[in-house]
Amino acid sequence: MADIVLDKVSKRYPDGALAVSDVDIEIADGEFIILVGPSGCGKSTTLNMIAGLEDITAGELRIGGARMNERAPKDRDIAMVFQSYALYPHMTVRENMAFPLRLAKVDNATVERKVNEAAKILDLTQHLDRKPANLSGGQRQRVAMGRAIVRNPKAFLMDEPLSNLDAKLRVQMRTSVSRLQKQLGTTTVYVTHDQTEAMTLGDRVVVMRGGVVQQIGAPQYLYDHPANLFVAGFIGSPAMNFVPATVEEGRLRCALGDLTLPDATRRRLEAADAPREVIMGVRPEHFEDAALLDEAARSRGALFSGQVDVLESMGSDKYAYFTLAAERASTAELEELAADAGTADVPSAGSQLITRISAASAAREGEKLQVWFDVANAQVFDPASGRNLTFSGD
Amino acid sequence: MAIIGGTETTGRKVRWALLDVVVVVYALVPVLWIVSLSFKTTDTLTDGNFIPRKWTLDNYRTIFTTTEFVRALGNSIGIALISTAIAVVLGTMAAYAIARLDFPGKRALIGVSLLIAMFPQVSLVSPLFETERTLGLFNTWPGLILPYITFALPLSIYTLSAFFREIPWELEKAAKMDGATPGQAFRRVIAPLAAPGVFTTAILVFIFCWNDFVFAISLTSTSASRTVPAALSFFTGSSQFEDPAGSISAAAVVITVPIIVFVLFFQRRIVAGLTSGAVKG
Ligand SMILES: Nc1ncnc2c1ncn2[C@@H]1O[C@H](COP(=O)(O)OP(=O)(O)OP(=O)(O)O)[C@@H](O)[C@H]1O
Ligand SMILES: [Mg+2]
Repeated sequence: MADIVLDKVSKRYPDGALAVSDVDIEIADGEFIILVGPSGCGKSTTLNMIAGLEDITAGELRIGGARMNERAPKDRDIAMVFQSYALYPHMTVRENMAFPLRLAKVDNATVERKVNEAAKILDLTQHLDRKPANLSGGQRQRVAMGRAIVRNPKAFLMDEPLSNLDAKLRVQMRTSVSRLQKQLGTTTVYVTHDQTEAMTLGDRVVVMRGGVVQQIGAPQYLYDHPANLFVAGFIGSPAMNFVPATVEEGRLRCALGDLTLPDATRRRLEAADAPREVIMGVRPEHFEDAALLDEAARSRGALFSGQVDVLESMGSDKYAYFTLAAERASTAELEELAADAGTADVPSAGSQLITRISAASAAREGEKLQVWFDVANAQVFDPASGRNLTFSGD
Repeated sequence: MAIIGGTETTGRKVRWALLDVVVVVYALVPVLWIVSLSFKTTDTLTDGNFIPRKWTLDNYRTIFTTTEFVRALGNSIGIALISTAIAVVLGTMAAYAIARLDFPGKRALIGVSLLIAMFPQVSLVSPLFETERTLGLFNTWPGLILPYITFALPLSIYTLSAFFREIPWELEKAAKMDGATPGQAFRRVIAPLAAPGVFTTAILVFIFCWNDFVFAISLTSTSASRTVPAALSFFTGSSQFEDPAGSISAAAVVITVPIIVFVLFFQRRIVAGLTSGAVKG
């Protein structure tokens, strides 16, 4: 077990494409860290550089304090789980899992014991003598995990290990991956483009965009204090609502109304030297059906009335969709997020507002509904740089 | 194929069966004719009967007692096996490099090998004849093995690189991560998976070398290196006055046997879909 440090690591492919630029990440011993970002942002490239499957163009990689740049993958003592599992089709499950041990010249008795142990942890004991072709997707995935854990490596690297599974199995395997990592306490770098996996699995999350690290932090921290528009839009599902707004004398004018900013927010905006034209972001879960709140609670926030376009009942709560009488907020970051998400779940794609309200709400599709939200929860972004002007983190 | 129209009717089955029979008969009649000829006695050779009226093994006895034929059979087996082994080993290495690596001149290499494969062999006969005579290779085993390799290599590079491209790249990366050296990754992961391709190629190359007539007839002069296809054309039968058709037929039957054995032997190893289960859910 060891810590992993990426010190200003960059990768330029032979064709000139700069896939990863100046990435600084310090991964503590035993930490579960997630690399997340849209397709093509350099997650796999970063992981492959840690693995040794790709050369590092610039910067330094240290594992357990030792420089790794020039070492071959086999000398780094790290195991990797591939998106495609990459099981050896001509070997049985047992041989697949024993392969790393055999290469390490471990004696037969130990191989036997370790493979059986791993098979037990992963519930593969009754499949040990089958070939990968005869296994289900979930079982193959577990064999791939088994091959990684048998030799107690310094670290695990996983590149979208669950993305080939169907939705239900993915949720199950997510829990078992998390449990396994806790149990083994091995440093793990996990790549995904699924923000739910990122939120639920990791100790810390690294959000990347176009080869550049946007923000590193605990999942909840990223959710509460996104450093910029991109992180705000990427973390959270459904995504944050973005509305163009104008700052005027301590008030925020936008399609949701004329909002009086709380003192704290106003001071931060002044300190950040906010431009006049900004983008306001409010998460769907920060809304509530005004009819369900008492007068005192209502007066602490702002109200918005509109006609409900679509109402989705999730059982536990309801999603009410509104159309705003304003142009949609549009910046490079938001366009990229919309493209990555397939536009539908990014509200900025249309001037649409998604609100998540209590299941007790009497809202109906096609009828008027008044929703309430607390302006203190709103985040204000600079459309030019994407910076969060209300950023209160450190 | 038969399921296209939904349920399978008897009519359909009959039609397919008929078609199959026609194809098989069309392909096999000449072969069966040769077999039939090889069992006929000299006087009934030309009677036009498909099933011999008088059966005899004389033709076989004759050819196996002629030293010429036995020597030729030995030459054929030796030359074809050596050429096949060399072409397949070199082809495997070249195809692996072509499928996996990006090296300067890769396109040129592929282009040139394709060019060689398309070259009409006849046009090379006289230059080869002159060259080999000067180099002292004429009428020797290497004198045939070398041109065979030249023509078999492009064939083997082509078939093998198609097979190598089928093997998921990630398996090799996985082997590396599991602690394998490049050599170990090739031996323990790639080679076993490429085996069906290697066997297929071996069969094709062997058949090519075994059947060659043009080089065999023009680059040999004695039974020291003459292969069976060439030797057949010099066949005279047991005496000069006998019609050699019976013996030639028997020899023709004999030389197809190794090919059938070779194919049957390797076919068991060509298990389709060996790579299934490596990737995806
Ligand atoms: N071998 C290569 N040669 C040149 N460019 C490459 C190569 N591999 C990746 N790239 C480029 O590097 C960038 C990052 O690729 P990478 O595979 O790391 O993305 P990713 O974040 O893993 O995306 P995904 O979620 O789709 O897997 C992309 O723009 C890609 O086009
Ligand atoms: Mg990737």
